[in-house]
Amino acid sequence: MKMKELLFKPVFENNPIALQILGICSALAVTSSLQVTVVMCVALTVVTAFSNFFVSLVRTQIPSSIRIIVQMTIIASLVIVVDQILKAVVYDLSKQLSVFVGLIITNCIVMGRAEAFAMKNPPVASFVDGIGNGLGYSAMLLALAFIRELLGSGKLFGYEVLPLVTDGGWYVSNGLLLLPPSAFFLIGLIIWGLRSVHKEQVEDEEFKICPNTVKEA
Amino acid sequence: MEELLSLFIRSIFIDNMALSFFLGMCTFLAISKKVEAAIGLGVAVTVVLAITVPVNNLLYTYLLADGALAWAGYPDVDLSFLGLITYIGVIAAMVQILEMLLDKYMPVLYNALGVFLPLITVNCAIMGAVLFMVERDYDLAESTVFGIGSGIGWALAITALAGIREKMKYSDVPEGLRGLGITFITVGLMSLGFMSFGGIDL
Repeated sequence: MKMKELLFKPVFENNPIALQILGICSALAVTSSLQVTVVMCVALTVVTAFSNFFVSLVRTQIPSSIRIIVQMTIIASLVIVVDQILKAVVYDLSKQLSVFVGLIITNCIVMGRAEAFAMKNPPVASFVDGIGNGLGYSAMLLALAFIRELLGSGKLFGYEVLPLVTDGGWYVSNGLLLLPPSAFFLIGLIIWGLRSVHKEQVEDEEFKICPNTVKEA
Repeated sequence: MEELLSLFIRSIFIDNMALSFFLGMCTFLAISKKVEAAIGLGVAVTVVLAITVPVNNLLYTYLLADGALAWAGYPDVDLSFLGLITYIGVIAAMVQILEMLLDKYMPVLYNALGVFLPLITVNCAIMGAVLFMVERDYDLAESTVFGIGSGIGWALAITALAGIREKMKYSDVPEGLRGLGITFITVGLMSLGFMSFGGIDL
């Protein structure tokens, strides 16, 4: 497979969040501000890429019965490294992310790609696949955070873009967008948008509903 | 006692794992098509949470926290950076032990839970609850109550969602929203409902 395909396919066509339903778990809670989201995205991309790389390096040596625990150990060690770096470099942000950095361990994207891709492919390709999926995840998260922060508090990266009424401006902020439910609505709508463009992603219905028929008298 | 009771109610309704912290979302969306399966998974998650949170609490207080090794004669050792890997190891081991015990002594329940038990290891609700326990400095009693409470809250949410999804097969959903899309919007509405508990001061 071509590197370019590996890198960009997960971003739009096979988005881990919108299509593979992976990694929604820990991520949505951090999207109410862009700054925190960026840190989270970078952390996850790094962890996914390197865990793919290392899992792929040892893939021929692991007996399949203990592969899950080996993958877990590799991922957990990488997350510890990332967590310590965040605490040392950007302490305030790491406080805001609170438990969600630790939750990268159980993020299904990391495990899912290690299991589905890195166990079968050479290290470099796996590394690129990890970055690609990380980017797909980041694209979704950044889009969410952009909408939520801009419309929810009139700011981007903490700088005022839409002056709020409370500070003498004109924009009435939409508080709902800062609350958890809005993330669900936005993801639902984004999936709707993506699937209107890529028709083949639409799921088949379990029960088909008959079109409405009018009986003639 | 009163504090524990209010923590219990809080962790079920106000700080609901699934609906206000987005934890355990993958399984939450994947295994909520049938009510029976959802109840089974909910029970399994509650049991695992009720065991792992207190166990990890003991490990943290007596081995990992700053100065926790004073009883062994090492008052200056801080092993808290080993936390993440320890917790996930404990969770994986607990799930494995639980699986073996259930297989031996309660085959009915074991068969009912089936494939969900091993899946629980990578459920973020478990890991999330453990990390919240560490971050909020709960003691042993509090963490037991918190574990059980958040398990019940999660089980409640997934059962409710499964109930709604079972009914939803009769509705005519727009093409692009079918399946995942409408599920997200349903969860959003449920989460909105649960937010009304937020005003309650305990």
